Amino acid sequence: MHPAFSVLFLTTLIGVGQGLFLALYTAEVYAVVELLPKPPAHFYWAGSLIALAFLVGGLVASFFHLGHPERAWRSAARWRTSWLSREVIVLPLLMGAVFVYATVHYFDLDLRVLGIDTGLHGDLSLIVGAGGVAFAFLLFLCTGMIYACIKFLQEWATWLTVVNYTLFGLASGWLFATAFAAYVAPEFTRFFGYWTVIATLAVFVTRIASLIRNGRIKRKSTLQTAIGVRHRTVTQKAQGFLGGSFNTREFFHGAPVSVFRSIKWVFLVLVFPVPLILIWAGLSWRGVGLGEGLYYQVVS
Amino acid sequence: MKTEFPNTETLHFPKSCLHCEDPPCVPVCPTGASYKRPEDGIVLVDYDKCIGCKYCSWACPYGVREIDEHQKVMKKCTLCVDRIYDATLPEERRKPACVLACPTNARLFGDVHDPDSEVSVAIRENGGYALMPEWGTKPANHYLPRRKQRIKIHTDELVRADNPLKKERAQPKPDIKEPSLDDVTSW
Repeated sequence: MHPAFSVLFLTTLIGVGQGLFLALYTAEVYAVVELLPKPPAHFYWAGSLIALAFLVGGLVASFFHLGHPERAWRSAARWRTSWLSREVIVLPLLMGAVFVYATVHYFDLDLRVLGIDTGLHGDLSLIVGAGGVAFAFLLFLCTGMIYACIKFLQEWATWLTVVNYTLFGLASGWLFATAFAAYVAPEFTRFFGYWTVIATLAVFVTRIASLIRNGRIKRKSTLQTAIGVRHRTVTQKAQGFLGGSFNTREFFHGAPVSVFRSIKWVFLVLVFPVPLILIWAGLSWRGVGLGEGLYYQVVS
Repeated sequence: MKTEFPNTETLHFPKSCLHCEDPPCVPVCPTGASYKRPEDGIVLVDYDKCIGCKYCSWACPYGVREIDEHQKVMKKCTLCVDRIYDATLPEERRKPACVLACPTNARLFGDVHDPDSEVSVAIRENGGYALMPEWGTKPANHYLPRRKQRIKIHTDELVRADNPLKKERAQPKPDIKEPSLDDVTSW
């Protein structure tokens, strides 16, 4: 596979956006039931605007891998069969929900504006946020299923693909939320930090599981079935296409052998231990008001 | 077992879109540009709807879709849909160009749903098969097994029974010391 950089940006950026929004909403739910203190007012709306910026950034990036970006609106047409089409629909829905969520927090709106008095402060944002949470998880499902639904690519065709996308998105979003909270609402930093660690450890388990699974895949197709020759020894000696073709360019990574050999280990180091060590170092660093004693520090 | 050169065989394997009965490239298309015509089952791309996202090329296990780098849309074998319905062509010329071009008539064209068509008979009687049947794509295009051309020579055929002039025998050859034509004639 030789994926376009725009697709990598898309999945990475919207993953952070989704995870950040989910982190904010989780914090709000915790704060409502008074498991966490109330954060400053701009914590939610500024945070959700950042999440929205990530989602918009991902959407913009996705346009760059299209041959005809001006026709991108057409891609919402086949939601009945295509997961890509479903993603195209759910992403703007999530962006809308996140924007409304930010607006509700910015103007501090309650259900009282609709004439309903529940006596709970922030009831409207809880409802809007719940919708956003549903869309966020739906988007993880769509993004993962785009890959998992291709049964011929047996490495992808597993429920682990969806789980990995979800957990990676959560881990990266919560990681960003941790950094965001360190600036805006330090009393939330540990809460987000611990959840980042949990999400990172969880995705470590599922990603290792999929690596093990992919290492033991029994190929359904063979060279024999590909050409219909029933012989025990069939060897492909040349790929054809002396001058290259779409298939040789699109489905070959083109990376040097050294990169190819090391990419898995580089990934395993950079994605799991490094963030965990940095989080641990950041959370135990007392210099920036993150220490236990400053838990109730008021930030103006 | 033939595993090492020269005890190997080379297989030339032309491959185009197989026009699957259940084409995996069609449902994944987000715009509906990739479609299968209900009337004749030809899988086509609507070049005015295609956004060039290449998703269908990932979904095709046969690797027969590619992007047109100039028009930026996905293209594939159309089964020469413009030719086979072209009423201005004589009836026998309404076939895909590859079928007409093949010098040895290795390619056949017809309706696989018609049990009496040339292709159905060939598939049925010559052991035609589908590529990668394990995925359930049910390709319409089938392949016929290779037919090896081997000449079986029987020893009794090496000498002709009715050979009064003994043609297989070594031809008479004058000895080197015998006079040649140059010695007996003067030019």
